[in-house]
Amino acid sequence: MAYKRNVDRLPIIPADARVHNVTCHYCIVGCGYKAYTWPLKKQGTTDANWIGTDLSKQQDALTEAWYAPSMYNVVKQDGQDVHLVIKPDMDCTVNGGLGSIRGARMAENRRSDITGSQQQRLTDPLVWRYGTWQPTSWDDALDLVARVTARVIEQDNENDLYVSMFDHGGSAGGYENTWGTGKLYFGAMKVKNCRIHNRPAYNSEVHSTRDMGVDELNYSYSDYQVADTIVLAGTNPMECQTNLFLNHMVKGMQNGAKVVIVDPRRTVTVDSCEQVAGAENVLHLAITTGSDLALFNTLFTYIADQGWVDADFIAKSTFQGEVAVPEDAAHPAALGSYEAARAACKMSLAEGAAITGLTEAQIIQAAEWIARPKDDGSRRKTVTGYEKGIIWGNDNYRTIGALVNIGLITGNIGREGGGTCRLGGHQEGYFRPSDAHVGRPAPYLDQLLIAGGGKVHHIWANDHYKTTLNANAFKRVYNARTNMVKEAMDARAGATREELVDAIAGAIAAGGLFSVCVDVIHSQIGQAAHVILPAVESGEMNLTSMNGERRLRLVEKYMDGPGSALPDCLIAARMANHLERVLREEGRDAYADQFKGFDWQTEEDAFMDGYNSANPEVSYDRLRAAGNDGVQEPVKGYEGDKLVGTPRLYEDGVFTRHGREDGKALFCLGGWRGLQAPGKEQQKASHAFLINNGRANMNWQNWFLDQKNDFVMDRFPVPFIQINPDDMAGLGIKAGDMVEVYNDVGATQALAYPEPTARRGETFMIFGAPNGAQGNIVNAGTNELILPNYKHTWANIRKISDATPASARISFKSWEVEL
Amino acid sequence: MKCNRLVDAGRRQFLRGSLVGAAGAAAATVLPSAPAEARGVGLAMLSYPSNRLANIADLKVDEPMDVAYPDADSPGVLLKLGTKVDGGVGPEGDIVAFSVLCPHKGFTMSYNAGDKTLNCPGHFSRFDVEKGGQQVWGHATQNLPQFALRVDDKGDIHAEGVDDLIYGRLSNVLA
Ligand code: SF4
Ligand code: FES
Repeated sequence: MAYKRNVDRLPIIPADARVHNVTCHYCIVGCGYKAYTWPLKKQGTTDANWIGTDLSKQQDALTEAWYAPSMYNVVKQDGQDVHLVIKPDMDCTVNGGLGSIRGARMAENRRSDITGSQQQRLTDPLVWRYGTWQPTSWDDALDLVARVTARVIEQDNENDLYVSMFDHGGSAGGYENTWGTGKLYFGAMKVKNCRIHNRPAYNSEVHSTRDMGVDELNYSYSDYQVADTIVLAGTNPMECQTNLFLNHMVKGMQNGAKVVIVDPRRTVTVDSCEQVAGAENVLHLAITTGSDLALFNTLFTYIADQGWVDADFIAKSTFQGEVAVPEDAAHPAALGSYEAARAACKMSLAEGAAITGLTEAQIIQAAEWIARPKDDGSRRKTVTGYEKGIIWGNDNYRTIGALVNIGLITGNIGREGGGTCRLGGHQEGYFRPSDAHVGRPAPYLDQLLIAGGGKVHHIWANDHYKTTLNANAFKRVYNARTNMVKEAMDARAGATREELVDAIAGAIAAGGLFSVCVDVIHSQIGQAAHVILPAVESGEMNLTSMNGERRLRLVEKYMDGPGSALPDCLIAARMANHLERVLREEGRDAYADQFKGFDWQTEEDAFMDGYNSANPEVSYDRLRAAGNDGVQEPVKGYEGDKLVGTPRLYEDGVFTRHGREDGKALFCLGGWRGLQAPGKEQQKASHAFLINNGRANMNWQNWFLDQKNDFVMDRFPVPFIQINPDDMAGLGIKAGDMVEVYNDVGATQALAYPEPTARRGETFMIFGAPNGAQGNIVNAGTNELILPNYKHTWANIRKISDATPASARISFKSWEVEL
Repeated sequence: MKCNRLVDAGRRQFLRGSLVGAAGAAAATVLPSAPAEARGVGLAMLSYPSNRLANIADLKVDEPMDVAYPDADSPGVLLKLGTKVDGGVGPEGDIVAFSVLCPHKGFTMSYNAGDKTLNCPGHFSRFDVEKGGQQVWGHATQNLPQFALRVDDKGDIHAEGVDDLIYGRLSNVLA
């Protein structure tokens, strides 16, 4: 039997409930919600309530006057217990009142002492003492962090301090917190050995589009509604950017847009597009995995040969000449002019068809839908979205470049109904001092750690154990190195602080690693940490972020954080304060001075110190007034009580992301070169199954909160792997059986889910799960700029056991709707 | 194979066409035998009316019967599945009943006999009626509310409770 909450009524929001603007912090779309709070011993009635509707009657579909049990909780606000309802905002242009399976559980996934939800949230700093973690004060925990860290950093050499830090918005990221951590590690210090939350280095996921002058978020979501063609390359928006799909792409299809989907897998998005637009208006290019670059170069060649190009745009807005940037260690392909790209990327229909496994007719069809001008000669408005299928796929730099090439030749960047954009994962919210000192290619942090590099590791909301590649090896070494320090600490139980720090330093000198983990929960990598610092999430602090169309909003704090948890920006500030103090005590005054400027008391102080310093028009008050529609960045001014934004970039045809003075976009001169990352071809040759992998709509990121959400865990108690039923029969596997997926680099486990649309020999496994990390079997191979290729993993599969009772009771039916 | 049977008078193709009017009382519902009454204040769950929905002799395998519970404005479906399921009642343990209002945004769902699922035309969520209404895939943040059934010695099927909040009402039993 499926999980039921057995909640059959909810408290009614009273008319005088407090209302807060909330942007859903889970995915890039950033849907608008409203949080209502009111005192515990009050409620509205069926005839006197927040919405003035007679609630004694059944409400219609799409009503504003209903909320689900998942949208309700009891939380603390200013120390008092209050009711909380977080429900989708009907008036927000992003989502128009739609929630998703992730966002509409925001309230339920708040920590509550009353309802018992999310008791896994960290409440107090923890330090490793007496053989386990003991709660302590911030001052005690940060003193230890500062003293050990100060031992390994020098004013002119901070290379032994390794840092893993989120760079996103939403969740616990945002402008406040990226600035707090950024000012500490890139301002006060110049830390070079660092990485970002979902990849093993500090780099961009989309270097090539930026190098070409094109920011990766250049359109407005409304462009999908007026496009003639929507191209979705390596992305599954019905699941991963749900309300962008439902509220914008669907409207585009209803307005007549055709859809081209590039994905080796038949995703739910393909089916949904067929439902909405009719199968005749959907072209699913189920390419051979990893052959995207060949497809894009073939399309580029064919479109150029047909003359379906915007010659004016190319002449006015793109670089004229040959090569502007040569291929080198920092540029996995040269960049230059249209003509140079035609030469470098040339690929015939026959070649393209052979590599992609498509027919020439399919490629021609796609080219026509993308680029053939309309009968009156006008431009076909084509908008293109791409995401992890190519970002974490084969030959990242060249593949993204090749897709942007198509946007450029067809004049579809900076124009209504156009845009070539990544769809995104988290929201964005990046504001930091320059990272130029990190270098490019950036250090491959996880491999350095495996090789024994680093002495102290600060981790900010990263869980390598679930979301890195070569994860089996990483965990083995990380456990061993951090255990050396734990053992040294255990051996000095009862020692003074100074003696303890000496003992830790001794273990570090012997190859150990001191690990400090800042997170909202006790994460898997946190099991190895020596100090654990509790952070708050969006809504437990005021937080600004922007979504996938650069829409900036302020989430208003609507509840207290758990225990003594703090915003990351203030944790960074207090860490800086302690470092300054300790360095001064040690007589290192000049170095200590670098840690000044962290006297923030609130997240708003951090916002003003950071984001506002470059965007003086933008303040919390103005964002509060701008509500859930916010303002699209860049903000150009403040007029008539409103922030004035920029709905679409590059409408003037001037491209700037690469920093070139001439404002000309560059083309990417990247020819096809097969499976680029080291070890991929060999792995493919020696294993039976492709283990394609990614997200699903229900399972968000690495399941950090959802691992304690009954509704989610009831559906998939362990991560699933979708396998063709004939392949399952061949392996002697039944639905729900636990299988081991193993190869030359590691092993992981999953629950077998029959998927009739899966091609033989091609599976799909959910990524980032707590109890079956797909990264265990991803080899260490990356592109030249240390972008991981998670998607191209091959392995064998064998049965471990029959379905567990929890797995046996779940549904194994198709995900495709039958109307 | 039987074609899909609809549990409501008209299939609502929200995404393919214009928005059709919202869900109301289904045309062919069996009216509750007693008026619903909110007596549950202070209890862990509400007190539900016991309403006769049908007799087991009225049901055929995979032919959904439109019902309403706890009152006429809450459309549901009564199903005989042909194989025993957890929570099923009747001599074969195969009779179940669910709300047909999608817990995402309240569109009325249709039954697909092919794989025994309820499917939503709103945004394509689907629920497995053989697995207690588990959402197979979709946007709802809860599984499908199921009606608790009892079969008496005459073979009459009575609904007597609901295990999750029905879309469009903040109390399953309206005041
Ligand atoms: S689509 Fe994304 S932003 Fe919107 S509610 Fe869902 S998770 Fe939140
Ligand atoms: S109303 Fe059913 S999926 Fe949205």
